Amino acid sequence: MDILLQQLINGVTLGAVYALVALGYTMVYGIIGLINFAHGEVVMIGAMVAFTVITSLAAHTQLPPLLILLIGLVVAAPTCMLLGYGLERLAYRPLRHAPRLTPLITAIGMSIVLQNVAMIIWGRNYINFPQMIDKTSYHIGNALITNVQVAILFLSALTMVGLMWLVYRTKLGTAMRATAQDQMVAGLMGVNINRVIAAAFVIGSALAALAGLMVGTYYEIAHYQMGFMLGLKAFTAAVLGGIGNLAGAMAGGLLLGIIEALGAGYIGDLTGGFLGSHYQDIFAFFVLITVLVFRPSGLLGERVGERA
Amino acid sequence: MLEVRNLHVAYGGVKAVKGIDLVVAEGETVCLIGANGAGKTTTLKALARVVPGQGEIRYRGQDILHWPSYKLVGEGMALVPEGRGVFSRLTVAENLAMGAYCRNDKDGIAADLERVYKLLPRLKEREKQIAGTLSGGEQQMLAIGRALMCRPRLLLLDEPSMGLAPIMVQKVFEVIQSVAAEGVTILLVEQNAQLALSIAARGYVMESGAVTLSDKADALLTNPKVREAYLGGE
Ligand SMILES: Nc1ncnc2c1ncn2[C@@H]1O[C@H](COP(=O)(O)OP(=O)(O)OP(=O)(O)O)[C@@H](O)[C@H]1O
Ligand SMILES: [Mg+2]
Repeated sequence: MDILLQQLINGVTLGAVYALVALGYTMVYGIIGLINFAHGEVVMIGAMVAFTVITSLAAHTQLPPLLILLIGLVVAAPTCMLLGYGLERLAYRPLRHAPRLTPLITAIGMSIVLQNVAMIIWGRNYINFPQMIDKTSYHIGNALITNVQVAILFLSALTMVGLMWLVYRTKLGTAMRATAQDQMVAGLMGVNINRVIAAAFVIGSALAALAGLMVGTYYEIAHYQMGFMLGLKAFTAAVLGGIGNLAGAMAGGLLLGIIEALGAGYIGDLTGGFLGSHYQDIFAFFVLITVLVFRPSGLLGERVGERA
Repeated sequence: MLEVRNLHVAYGGVKAVKGIDLVVAEGETVCLIGANGAGKTTTLKALARVVPGQGEIRYRGQDILHWPSYKLVGEGMALVPEGRGVFSRLTVAENLAMGAYCRNDKDGIAADLERVYKLLPRLKEREKQIAGTLSGGEQQMLAIGRALMCRPRLLLLDEPSMGLAPIMVQKVFEVIQSVAAEGVTILLVEQNAQLALSIAARGYVMESGAVTLSDKADALLTNPKVREAYLGGE
């Protein structure tokens, strides 16, 4: 088997999911300068809600599997959107003019609250995520790509194109970009700033729900703490690409996925067998530290993030 | 059109505006002059509800003291802020589209866009350009054009001549005059008192947060105090 090609395929798949989550971080940061540390938990809630819907539909109905998956998404997405809206409305909005450490700590607090709520609802054990798709693999050269991977790549790409269209071609998107630049002047144009900020949270949360469903289906498990590491990695991806920058979040996500997969594939050889592939998480943080030290504005960011 | 009574604005403990009265009638061009830090910008910001004020602000008969700023533009009040406030990472066309954000009449917006491009042909040439790459004068034109896109009844202008070469200042003021000629009411804040008074019907003079003088523009132009303080001596 061609390890390089195989790890590239795995990395791009993982990277597509990171990119979807990173977009949620970066949209919110771009507009209000807040790192919403609870965003990873929104992904987790998306996975959990999808899990509940899918398992119960699979157990009690004869619906076709793909339809069940779709219903899982159709329920999880609005749930997450509502959650994202609630976070903004109840936790962050009252702190809009507070010193910037305050909302940051609140975000970490929200992340802990959501983890615990999920633990109460879904338990503390790993959950087997129901597999609705019969896995098949296709050959690309000497490597394999599964239909699940193809679906993840296709859906992520479609979603990102849709997001770019929304942000660069619609009135709401123009208002979002204007608000990100100057809230006061956007208000003078008649933009209701609160609505635009809420929209950023809601849209990011919809992407998070999709990411949650994908991660659950890809790794075949879910857990109330799954949002923590995923959130940190997606945040790293956003910083890598230049936080606040949409294209940066996508590029950063893909790049981080690839770095991680290649790292995991070769870490054994690199360390003479001392570290195994389960150390793959260290690469994300190695990347985060390197970027913060040498290029805090990220690959595509122009402004050095004084607010970061 | 606009009636202000006993308006106070404070930034924390700093009192920037201390109980001013100001009236602008429909169709009038009025200017507000004064030294740096007199509170002119603060007054305009309070009128546009960007900073909270106390007192009475009536716009077209309605008490707007507690309105959110985004609602005013729909009622026809537009502020061109100090320093222009163009969205520098948006294109010229997108900036102008933002000016029409509060409107939904596609045909009307398209017609007004034509009107703005006719008034400011330079903007049409630069339609696709990122606004941050425009010259200062072009950015000022864009800021004014953007404000016109909401079809304002009352246009508040904060130092449109700031940082511009004399020839560009001339052009900007010609544009302001032609907007006024279309019947738009204008409240103009300016450092360049000579120029402002030459296009305004009336003027107010502000000193450290208070209005100290108000009169017809030609009377202010010949007033010895004004001449000494704002028009460069005799
Ligand atoms: N955001 C703020 N916070 C605290 N004080 C402020 C703020 N903005 C303005 N001030 C103060 O309020 C006073 C009036 O300022 P303002 O900007 O209204 O003056 P101005 O007449 O527009 O001056 P200029 O001609 O220099 O633009 C000044 O003393 C200024 O320092
Ligand atoms: Mg000023």
